[in-house]
Amino acid sequence: MSAVLEVRGLGYTLPGRGTGEEGRVLPIVRDVSFTVGAGETLVLLGRSGSGKTTTLKLINRLLEPSVGEVLVAGQRTAALEPTSLRRRIGYVIQEVGLLPHFTVAENAGLVPRLERWPPERIAARVRELLALVGLDPEAFGGRYPHQLSGGQRQRVGVARALAADPPLLLLDEPFGALDPITRFELQQEFRALEGRLGKGMVFVTHDVREGLLLGTRIGLMHAGRLLFLGTPDEFRRNEHPEVRRFLEAA
Amino acid sequence: MRLVAFFARNAHEALGLVGQHLVLVVLSTGAAALVGIPLGVVLTRRPAWRPPVLGLAGVFQTIPSLALFGILIPIFGIGFWTAITALIVYALLPIVRNTYTGIAGVDPAIREAGRGMGMTDAELLRLVELPLAAAVILAGVRVATVVSVGVATIGAAIGAGGLGVYVFRGVAVVDDTLILAGAIPAALMALAADGLFALLERRLVWRAR
Repeated sequence: MSAVLEVRGLGYTLPGRGTGEEGRVLPIVRDVSFTVGAGETLVLLGRSGSGKTTTLKLINRLLEPSVGEVLVAGQRTAALEPTSLRRRIGYVIQEVGLLPHFTVAENAGLVPRLERWPPERIAARVRELLALVGLDPEAFGGRYPHQLSGGQRQRVGVARALAADPPLLLLDEPFGALDPITRFELQQEFRALEGRLGKGMVFVTHDVREGLLLGTRIGLMHAGRLLFLGTPDEFRRNEHPEVRRFLEAA
Repeated sequence: MRLVAFFARNAHEALGLVGQHLVLVVLSTGAAALVGIPLGVVLTRRPAWRPPVLGLAGVFQTIPSLALFGILIPIFGIGFWTAITALIVYALLPIVRNTYTGIAGVDPAIREAGRGMGMTDAELLRLVELPLAAAVILAGVRVATVVSVGVATIGAAIGAGGLGVYVFRGVAVVDDTLILAGAIPAALMALAADGLFALLERRLVWRAR
């Protein structure tokens, strides 16, 4: 199994604010390492502020790593143009990720458009993607995001992330803002999709049940560190107090 | 009634003044938009430039129009070019400020989503920021245009022509009809410009419907 994503000794620090604090730094992410292979979903689990989302943004360089390195499909991200890197990584964002003034079809076809695909090819790809995520292209293609339900919007978000067929998908609490029933349905569908797509995925959530359902591996983050990394079964058996707290909350 | 009779007698001259007025307004606001919108965009990219640029534009805004004409006459001479320059200076502030405000007001989460999809800065500007800020930018151009119709009236004082010619002539000879012959068309022009922009906004600006 070739690694789609390799993260080595990743760290991110914010410089201390104000002149009196020079030299003092506030670490957000410290010494995080993991690899993700094709067809694998690594769930980054953790409380709010534990560094999960920051880790995702360090991978697609929305934030620049302070230390460590990231390899996507074997290439060091630091050596790539950030825009071309991001076009090769699908990115699903919670709630507000769709462009409000773009139709569903325009949103789903955004990355192919940035990559200057011919319009017919974009249109065909968009139809294929919307069908894949369970939206009728004829009925939904021309609508705007505000005319959709939360669940439908997240489906469009997933379609958009898959558009240019990237080897790696980053998902930042994609189902976080949904009602419990829609959330459950999307989780089930996503689980079925995972196997079919064969992508490497990093899935950020604070919901341990979602993590155990969707992850082939679980990484537990706490205060910017990766406390635990292992399969869901290993996670259930682990004795670390933070792991136990998460399992008790489930 | 006397006004109608006046326009009937002086239709040719009146139309000529309306034409001069329109040229002053359209050229100055057009030039101010051409300079002001890019300048506003630059301010969103270079935060350090914001206080001096907006400050300077604000200072110009506070100079009374006659005084500004006075300052500019030694440079551009009497007439058209001085009036145009002064009108551009007045139109710049609302356009620059609204462009900056409109773009700065775009939800950071939407901007980050665009960047996360791999947009370059130019693509982000063209596909996300300008379309979402269009209503605010257009409102700035609208204010600038309406103000410009008013200030252009003063242009007659320095020989730039326009409807102010009737106003100043009327004041000089204490003739109400003559004053109104300048003031009413100017007011109608301001209203028409405002209405035109309202129409333009409905056509051009994306809005959740």
